[in-house]
This record gives sequence, structure tokens and C-alpha cells, in this order.
Amino acid sequence: MSRTTLDLWVGIFVVIGMAALFFLALRVGNLASVDLSQTYTVRAQFDNIGGLKVRAPVKSAGVVVGRVEEIRFDINTYRAEVVFSIATRYEFPRDTIGSILTSGLLGEQYIGLDAGGDIDMLQNGDALQITQSAVVLEKLIGQFLFDRAGSATD
Amino acid sequence: MNFFASIGAGVVNGVWKLGLVARFFALLLRYSGQSFLRLHLTIREIYFGGVLSLVIIAVSGLFVGMVLGLQGYETLQRFGSGDALGVLVALSLVRELGPVVAGLLFASRAGSAIAAEIGLMKTTEQLKAMDMMAVNPIARVVAPRFWGGVISMPLLAAIFSAMGVFGGWLIGVVLIGVDEGAFWSQMQSAVDFRHDIMNGVIKSAVFGVAVSLIAVFEGYDCTPTAEGVSRAITRTVVSSALAILALDFVLTSFMFRGL
Repeated sequence: MSRTTLDLWVGIFVVIGMAALFFLALRVGNLASVDLSQTYTVRAQFDNIGGLKVRAPVKSAGVVVGRVEEIRFDINTYRAEVVFSIATRYEFPRDTIGSILTSGLLGEQYIGLDAGGDIDMLQNGDALQITQSAVVLEKLIGQFLFDRAGSATD
Repeated sequence: MNFFASIGAGVVNGVWKLGLVARFFALLLRYSGQSFLRLHLTIREIYFGGVLSLVIIAVSGLFVGMVLGLQGYETLQRFGSGDALGVLVALSLVRELGPVVAGLLFASRAGSAIAAEIGLMKTTEQLKAMDMMAVNPIARVVAPRFWGGVISMPLLAAIFSAMGVFGGWLIGVVLIGVDEGAFWSQMQSAVDFRHDIMNGVIKSAVFGVAVSLIAVFEGYDCTPTAEGVSRAITRTVVSSALAILALDFVLTSFMFRGL
């Protein structure tokens, strides 16, 4: 089959298209930043997850180490159960504390992990023992008003 | 009574046509193997559908991105979050505008051309002549045009999005003076490869299939007269646009539900 200039143009077109896709993947998207291909899952129960969503980041010391995979309601304990995956290269002690935090004043909510001091590491399928719920603004305001009323009567 | 009768006839005709499209699609897939044996036919169609659409796609993408940059900054800076301009530009392009606008442009530029070409071939009885020479017109004429469109469309949408992000950067960073580091880093932390970019690519591939199928079908199905061809071209552009927008809604509700 003879080569024509038409083939060359189609080749150039495909190369430009692929380059655009690579640009989107590497420069616009976050393909290069967090490698979450190999992960292990950890469960945690919270009294209140606030506005946490599936695929929200899991951070430790501000660094993204994983993502929330699933959120469900446990009818035995009446608490929210959150399943999240952490990249295999980040290992955490078994007594790690999970808390639901908010980035900025009105930003998205994420799970913050504070590493404990245990020698054993979290394994796939383990559950966090100590958790801290999301701060609910209404409760905070209610508590503040209650405290003020209490101090005024003293 | 005549009014109701015409509604009924319209519905019956619509369902009839839908069945015809489905049968045509099955036939097209069956003969696709034959047409891949002569790959240069498909490559020629990628040239006419994709390469020649490159300029209009790139320029439109640039302008859409620049408009997003201006409008997005105007709104975002009211909340003091002009730095999030990159996120707004990239997400709206990659998720929606890239596939949809590139699909609409592709339908009106390449889809209409495909319908006109096949329609005119049918009108001048070239398709019949091929059939008589034992050349399958679906394998020889229709399938290469279809696959050319299907292959071109995701690439064109990716180019559109990339040019749009560049346009947004041009307006946001170069012209308005949004911090360059914040522009890119916020964009990178918000745009997910699998969730946003791959779903955009899937969308554009689906649009490519829809537009190409409508174009080749309308051309192949047209009344073999000058008026019939012109009607087929009109129908191609109108139904493609409707199909793209309707499919976009369906795909979006599947892909981005509850997030």
C-alpha cells in the first residue's frame, strides 16, 4: 500500500488528539499526583458524618492518602459506617484516630487521620476504634447559647 | 379527525424508522469487518471528518474557554474565589462543553457532509451500481464513514477541551492576572482522571456513534431526489443535535448522580 499525504494528515490528527488527552490527564487532571491504584480498605463508624460524600478525600497531615468508597447506615449501632480506601504505601497504626473535618469555612468535608502509636498496622478490612464526628453548626450554636444562658444566671 | 390521524401516522412512522435504524445499525456492524480489511477507506474518512474539522474545533474551543474565563471570573470574584477559575473552566469543559459542543460542531460540519455524500450517491444510483458489481455499498461506503466519525469524535472533543482550558488560562492568568499556581493546582485537585476526564471521553464516543449513525442512515434512507437529499441533510443536523443533547442528559444522570 502506497503512503499518501492523506495518511500523514490523519496521523498528525491522531497525534494531536492523543496529546490533548495526555494534556487533560496530566496537566488538568490529577492522574500524576495521587496513585490510588493499589489500596486497602478501612472501616470507621461515626455518630454523625455531616456532609461527607462518597469519593471525598482522606487526608493525613493535609496530604491526600485515600478516598471515601462507601457510606452506609448501620442499623445495629444506629451510627454511620464509612468505608474508605488508603493507598498501600501509606500504612497507619491500629489506634489511628479518624475525624471528619472541613477544609476552609464552607469547603468540602474530608476524613482526617491522626496516626497513633501502636506497633501493629491497620490491615485490609480493619475498623478504626476511635472516631470523631463532624461538627454540626446548629449544635455548636445551640451549645454556645446554652452556655451563655447558664453563665448569665450565675 | 384528520388531526388525530396525522398524529397517529407520525408516531407509527417514528417507530418504523427507529426499527429501520436498528436494523441498519446491525447490518452496518456485520459488514464492518469487511471494510476494515480496506483500512485506507476509513483513514480517508477520518481525514474528511476529523482532520478538516480540526480548525473549527480548535478555534471554537479557544473561544468557549475564553468566554468561560471571562464569565467565570466575573462571578467567582464576587465571592472572593477568583483562584478557583481553573476548576470552573476545566470541569465545565471536560464534563459537558467539550463533548457536547464538539459533537454539535461535528454534526453540522461532518455529519451533514456524510449525509449529503451518501444521499447524492443514492440519487445518482451509484449505490445500486455498486450492488450490481457485487460490491456491498454498506461495507464500501457506509461503514468507513461511520467508523471514521466514531474514531474522530473523542479526539476532537479532547482537542476542544484542551484548547478551551488554554483559552481559560489565556484570559484568567495572562489577561486578568489570576495566580498561575493556584489556577493549575486547584484545577488538578478538583479534576479527577477517571471520574471527569474518562467520563467525558465516553460521552464523546457515544455522541460520535450517534451522530455518525444518524448521518449515514439519513443519507442512505433519503428519497433519491434533489429535494430528498436536502431534507436528509436538514434531518441529520436536527436529529443529531437533539440526540446529542438528550443523550447528554441521560449519560450525565448516570455518571454524576448524587455527587
